[in-house]
Amino acid sequence: MRGLSACLLFVLALLSSGPLWAVNPDERLDNPALEERAREISKGIRCVVCQNQDIDSSNAELARDLRLLIRERLVEGDSNDQVESYLVARYGDYVLLKPPFKASTLLLWLGPFLLLLLGGIASAFYLRRRAAGVEEAATPAPLSAEERAKVQRILDQGGPG
Amino acid sequence: MLRKLLFILPSVIFLGVIAFSLWGLLSDRDPSAVPSALVNKPLPEFDLPPVEGMTGPGLSSAELADGEVKVINIFASWCIPCRAEHELITKLAEEHGVPVYGINYKDKPADARLWLAELGNPYRSIGADREGRVAIDFGVSGVPESYLIDGEGVIRFQQIGPIVGPDLEDKILPILEEIGG
Repeated sequence: MRGLSACLLFVLALLSSGPLWAVNPDERLDNPALEERAREISKGIRCVVCQNQDIDSSNAELARDLRLLIRERLVEGDSNDQVESYLVARYGDYVLLKPPFKASTLLLWLGPFLLLLLGGIASAFYLRRRAAGVEEAATPAPLSAEERAKVQRILDQGGPG
Repeated sequence: MLRKLLFILPSVIFLGVIAFSLWGLLSDRDPSAVPSALVNKPLPEFDLPPVEGMTGPGLSSAELADGEVKVINIFASWCIPCRAEHELITKLAEEHGVPVYGINYKDKPADARLWLAELGNPYRSIGADREGRVAIDFGVSGVPESYLIDGEGVIRFQQIGPIVGPDLEDKILPILEEIGG
């Protein structure tokens, strides 16, 4: 019985533990709309210290500074794009977790579709050739004159041998 | 002809993938290096007070617009690699006569003073960036970082991480030479 309740408690604890956020209560803005926008922006900003993490979930001190900075700029009336370009001006496109769509990232964005297209073309060619092959096999070529004569000879003799 | 090409194609693609992987493994490229966005851009504007309890004017971008080639070094007493590079920063300032300015990043004034008293102070002047905001304007991802500034006040090189080992002779001095130091 004790084991069961311990198990139940464990499951309950697992269920009740939501995602862990790094945003501290003292960082939050009073204005829920602005706070929401700040969260949205910080989820797309790379933590330059920890790198493959967004600053929204990072505990790095620089990430906290950047979160505060984003909120300050929003309060001052910046649009989301303005905040992002402010950060890009300092840290480059690298700071955006989602790379922007431009000439240097064209292959990155379109590469998968290009590969799919190439694969599709290759499959189409293969399938068409195979279908043609099957047709060829199903309708054998007509007998040549020589073969015809041979068949006639066999029939005239009343069977082989 | 086309058929022959089709036969060779898979091998070509395969070799391409191999070459790309080898490049990723063997080249000097460091995928964790944060690229510099501020190179060839003018120095950000800032005005920092001196480290509390130290004499000096602090550091401002206006004061640095003097046509001289210089180095700005961002450091903190709590930063171990800063301690490691301190010797070469001193050498840069004293032996090579390059003006080096310091930005003291998120440091307690007492700690910073103690650190400079212990290791020596190679800086012409030091600004205290208690909030770390000026460092963000410099695109800092961690301390130490150093910036080579040309006579026009344009950032020409960003050293991410400490200047240690052969960095000074092999990298920093040649670039300073190139930008007219």
